[in-house]
Amino acid sequence: MSTLRQDDLFHLARKSQALQLRAGFIEHLRRFFIQQGFLEIETPLRIPSPAPEEHIEPLPSGSWFLQTSPEICMKRLLAAGYPRIFQFCKCFRAGERGNRHLPEFSMLEWYVLQYDYRQLMDQCEDLLISACQAMGHSGKVIWQNKTIRLSPPWERITVADAFSRYAPVSLQNALAGDRFDEVLVEHVEPNLGNDHPTFLFDYPAQMASLAKIKKDDSTVAERFELYIGGMEIANGFSELTDAREQRRRFEEALEARAAKDQARYAMPEPFLASLENLPPCAGIALGLDRMIMILADTANIDDVIAFPPETL
Amino acid sequence: MYTASDLRKGLRLKIDNDPYVITEFNFVKPGKGQALYRCKLKNMLTGSQFERTFRSVDMFEPADLREKKMQYLYKEGDKFCFMDNETFEQVYLTEGQVGDAVNFLLDNIEVEILLFEDRPIGISLPNFVELIVTEAEPWAKGDTVSGATKPVKVQTGCTILVPTFVSEGEKIRIDTRTGEYLTRVKG
Repeated sequence: MSTLRQDDLFHLARKSQALQLRAGFIEHLRRFFIQQGFLEIETPLRIPSPAPEEHIEPLPSGSWFLQTSPEICMKRLLAAGYPRIFQFCKCFRAGERGNRHLPEFSMLEWYVLQYDYRQLMDQCEDLLISACQAMGHSGKVIWQNKTIRLSPPWERITVADAFSRYAPVSLQNALAGDRFDEVLVEHVEPNLGNDHPTFLFDYPAQMASLAKIKKDDSTVAERFELYIGGMEIANGFSELTDAREQRRRFEEALEARAAKDQARYAMPEPFLASLENLPPCAGIALGLDRMIMILADTANIDDVIAFPPETL
Repeated sequence: MYTASDLRKGLRLKIDNDPYVITEFNFVKPGKGQALYRCKLKNMLTGSQFERTFRSVDMFEPADLREKKMQYLYKEGDKFCFMDNETFEQVYLTEGQVGDAVNFLLDNIEVEILLFEDRPIGISLPNFVELIVTEAEPWAKGDTVSGATKPVKVQTGCTILVPTFVSEGEKIRIDTRTGEYLTRVKG
């Protein structure tokens, strides 16, 4: 056996446990969805224009782009009346590389008609408890020396409360100084999900993205993120179904992108047209690789995939 | 000038007229939020460290450092002596300035001596060095693909984790930046 080949085997063999864990976990997640009456679907990886986002960079593929998220095609299916859909897929985001970031990563995304974000948080909790239990983690998971109890109910805290509890500045001041992300990452995130997994919810309206604004408080959007051990695992919301409002937000994001000389792409018109028929619904995207990091008890995302980009 | 996307471990920047090296680097980004670049920086003169988080709009001045090829000669007391093989000029570095490089500092090895305003301030090793394994437990056959490791001693005296199939007397390539085993070397 050549030296090079033997070393390649060594590096790949070290992943064996994580890769088996990954396959098992996906199997249990899929089983949950099938039992709950979901339809597994596939949408195209190459699309002419992603949903406009100021801080997410798509990778070009010919004159189109690789998807940064499957949401626009999935919501077109919802608008056509598919009530419960899920998919496992690859998403691509340029320039994202770190211990918790891969430019090509795996997403689990699902949508439910007639749900709001609160019902979706409950369902996300049920899903992960059930799949973790099937993987032998009943009651708790130990990640990076933290014992995280999985027993329900998981913690739920609003963004405003989390800032006043953990950050040296208030949410208002962080927003006013354009320091929201910085303060979130430095002071808030490390405190979330260390005891129980934690849902951080009611995001400031200016960070609504594709989420609906809350009926009784127009300063916040019905958006949440799930944190485990301080790590962001999933992002979900009550979906915005107002096409005019969505177009306005997209225009804002496209303007911000143009001002910063980022990749240009067109408005996703077929998606906006489909919003006219979209009933109330909620959807969530879960970073599969990160969830597997938790189960494999590793701090490095490279440990849960066979081929990090640098090894290709 | 560097932009934030150039930041990485080992990059050298000039901040307030001093040279700094990034000793720890992490890319952090809330899914839909701004990309942030969290760095730990070490002052290359004083050794003092600080942490800072940069944004994608930040710009950085490269540190004006020069490197000169020199040969490691010997250690005298707590000083390491290096010589320029063309001019025979000799310079000395302290243990603190040599740092972890001591683990891979073979006699007569050629290294880069780092100069800041013509003063020697540090050393950089080649990214990869090849060292002979001087002490190792024998290999139990059949372990090839288990991914298991064992500690071995190399000729500089430091201990490295290697795959179980590596045996005493073999030459191995080590990444000096991480101290990790990469591969065996023939011959």
